[in-house]
Amino acid sequence: MCTSFMQELLTATHNFTTGTGNTFKAALYEATATYNAATTAYSTSGEVTGTNYVAGGVTVTNGTSPLSTNTSSTAGVAYWTPSASLVYTNVTLTTAFDAVLIYNSSASNKAVSVHTFGSQTVTAGTFTLTMPVNATTTGLLRLSTT
Amino acid sequence: MALVTTTKGEMDESLLEKKEGFVDNDNEYTTWVEYWHEGELVHRSAHVALKKAVGLSAVAASF
Repeated sequence: MCTSFMQELLTATHNFTTGTGNTFKAALYEATATYNAATTAYSTSGEVTGTNYVAGGVTVTNGTSPLSTNTSSTAGVAYWTPSASLVYTNVTLTTAFDAVLIYNSSASNKAVSVHTFGSQTVTAGTFTLTMPVNATTTGLLRLSTT
Repeated sequence: MALVTTTKGEMDESLLEKKEGFVDNDNEYTTWVEYWHEGELVHRSAHVALKKAVGLSAVAASF
């Protein structure tokens, strides 16, 4: 989770409400690029390029607003997960990539989170990134108190 | 007859050499498929299933 995102939660910068909230996007980054918790916003620097890949990536499907549950009288968790896989269809990305940045395209492209995986290339094919189960322990974004 | 999208257009799968693999670790479960034609990679797709959440743990001050 990007550190700037945590600050921005306290200033109501991001709205994950389904339908009326912000639009979030997902961009892929080459393995040589440095994207991590210190990332503050989307950038084209280090972003993959190739046939049928549009700079900025794909729009994240947000079919379920954030949920929360109390695990005790003093602890709980709030969580959110995109409701569909991120799919980059019929692309050719010959330079190895290993990260996806989720960012808020409604709020000056501010960064939300960076997720890494083993390096991949795609040739005249499809790259699919499937999300974990949207639950208290597995939601893609989790805010918890203990 | 199954057709595969390749760098050379749609090709009959029977004309291609197929290679598949997977990676399974704490972070992801990834599968990939490649099609080769006369020693040339003409198609590669990958499917990454993320396993891990990214989390923020918060502690509220008590008085």
